[in-house]
Amino acid sequence: MADTMTGSDRREPTVIVDDAHVVYRVQQSATPGTGSPLASFKRIITGTKPATLREVHAIKGVSFVAHKGEAIGLIGTNGSGKSTLLRAIAGLLPTDKGAIYAAGQPSLLGVNAALMSDLPGERNVVLGCLAMGMSPAEVKSQVKDIIEFSGINERGDFSSLPMRTYSSGMGARLRFAIAAAKKHDVLLIDEALATGDAKFRRRSEQRVRDLRKDAGTVFLVSHSEQSIRDTCERAIWLESGLIRADGPTADVLKEYEAYVKR
Amino acid sequence: MPQTAVIDSETGLTLKELARRHGLSAAGKLPSLRDYTRQLWSYRHFISSYANAKVTSSLGRTRLGVFWQVLTPLINAAVYYVIFGVVLKQKSGVENFVAYLCTGVFIFGFTQSVVQAGIQAVSGNLGLIRALHFPRASLPLAITMVEIRNMIASMAVLIVIVLAFGEPITLEWLLIVPIFLMQCVFNAGLALAAARLGSKVADVKQLVPFAMRIWLYGSAVLYPVTRFTDHLSGWKLYLVEANPLLVFIDLMRHALMEDVPLAASPVVLWLEAIAWTLLVGIGGYVYFWRGEKGYGRG
Repeated sequence: MADTMTGSDRREPTVIVDDAHVVYRVQQSATPGTGSPLASFKRIITGTKPATLREVHAIKGVSFVAHKGEAIGLIGTNGSGKSTLLRAIAGLLPTDKGAIYAAGQPSLLGVNAALMSDLPGERNVVLGCLAMGMSPAEVKSQVKDIIEFSGINERGDFSSLPMRTYSSGMGARLRFAIAAAKKHDVLLIDEALATGDAKFRRRSEQRVRDLRKDAGTVFLVSHSEQSIRDTCERAIWLESGLIRADGPTADVLKEYEAYVKR
Repeated sequence: MPQTAVIDSETGLTLKELARRHGLSAAGKLPSLRDYTRQLWSYRHFISSYANAKVTSSLGRTRLGVFWQVLTPLINAAVYYVIFGVVLKQKSGVENFVAYLCTGVFIFGFTQSVVQAGIQAVSGNLGLIRALHFPRASLPLAITMVEIRNMIASMAVLIVIVLAFGEPITLEWLLIVPIFLMQCVFNAGLALAAARLGSKVADVKQLVPFAMRIWLYGSAVLYPVTRFTDHLSGWKLYLVEANPLLVFIDLMRHALMEDVPLAASPVVLWLEAIAWTLLVGIGGYVYFWRGEKGYGRG
């Protein structure tokens, strides 16, 4: 272990997660019995928390350091807090306790970035690029490339049709193409590689490799063990908001597989 | 924090110290007001294209499209005219009641729609907020811009109505521009404040219609301002007459029409309007900025 420590001391940290906790507050519609006007009036008078407000403790104290040039895969079963952790690193979700430090502004590259479904794909590209902080001139020069990369125009002129007319695969491809158009210091990728057909997948994996070259650090959330094995040398296994294992990808994946098969 | 992990046993640094040594900034740290304003300025193109997109997508599926921007205020004025001008015949004290009523309805409607849309500016866009990084004030400001565009169409309609009912064009019409600009700033502050309130307490949205109704009756939109002086006195009268919307509406009526009863002298009204614009404009902005990092939580 001694040599890895001196090694990590020399390397430059890009993301430091220090005992981070993330809590979602979910306002539900009332369940029978708690939803009567009388019951809610009583709650207001007594000052208790409404039963409809539920707290979901998604990340329960996670600590790790990521260094420059690392690609880290996040694995874990559904609902283990992987996507939440990425959003917290990106600064999109506030931490309740602890802190997350990052070099520059980490960017989240997800497939569920909301765009306006009533607008044509082309205008969504412009809007998405502007929201990522590009200047109008940059956007202008990129729009064509983005639409071409997404491949939505392969079957006719779809880029001028409203996005609600797209198939789910087409929408996901366009969103990925928009997000991948920018260079990032710290890149967080959420399942983005799992979208589209085999052809698009190949293209997008190539694009992620290119982005990795420019980015300091890459985090990848994916259920595909193959893509984690291909792109990451380090893996972090999250289970119900806690780190179960953190280390070289092969070791962590072995442990994880044993756990899932059980 | 007892759990703060110590890494790199040689140096014995805590994670916090390590972060400081390498100059990493905490994610979710509130930028200073000046930095935030600079950021927001660099997102001005996003704000305007988001506002355009909102207009297109909200009217995109209607047949008349952008024509609704003009039609909506016209229908609105017609409804109030039928009720208060024809059915209730409430014309006492004001010579040109139609122009008087329409000015009130349009100016009030501007602020009303900004508040109604502002309440949902953050809570209705959580998907966007959780996916992308941009100064959140862009959203309420974009909504204000949408309403400003609608209001410019409404103002054109209003000017036609006022002319059609026999008001002459005077030099005072030039005052329309500064009054309109002040109300825009006032509304932007209101939209920002409403957006933060609406993002924290969803219940506010249920109360907005009632608050706006009270505000409507308190702003002398549907009847002459002299009603207040006839029936109220002391602090109640002060309270009603300090109402910012009453001030804006009165000023606009004063600019557009020849012979209107006012709540106070024009100079007092102007000072009040400036004070309200600064207070709500700056106050709303600062209030929204203070909550910047919590909006993703929902």
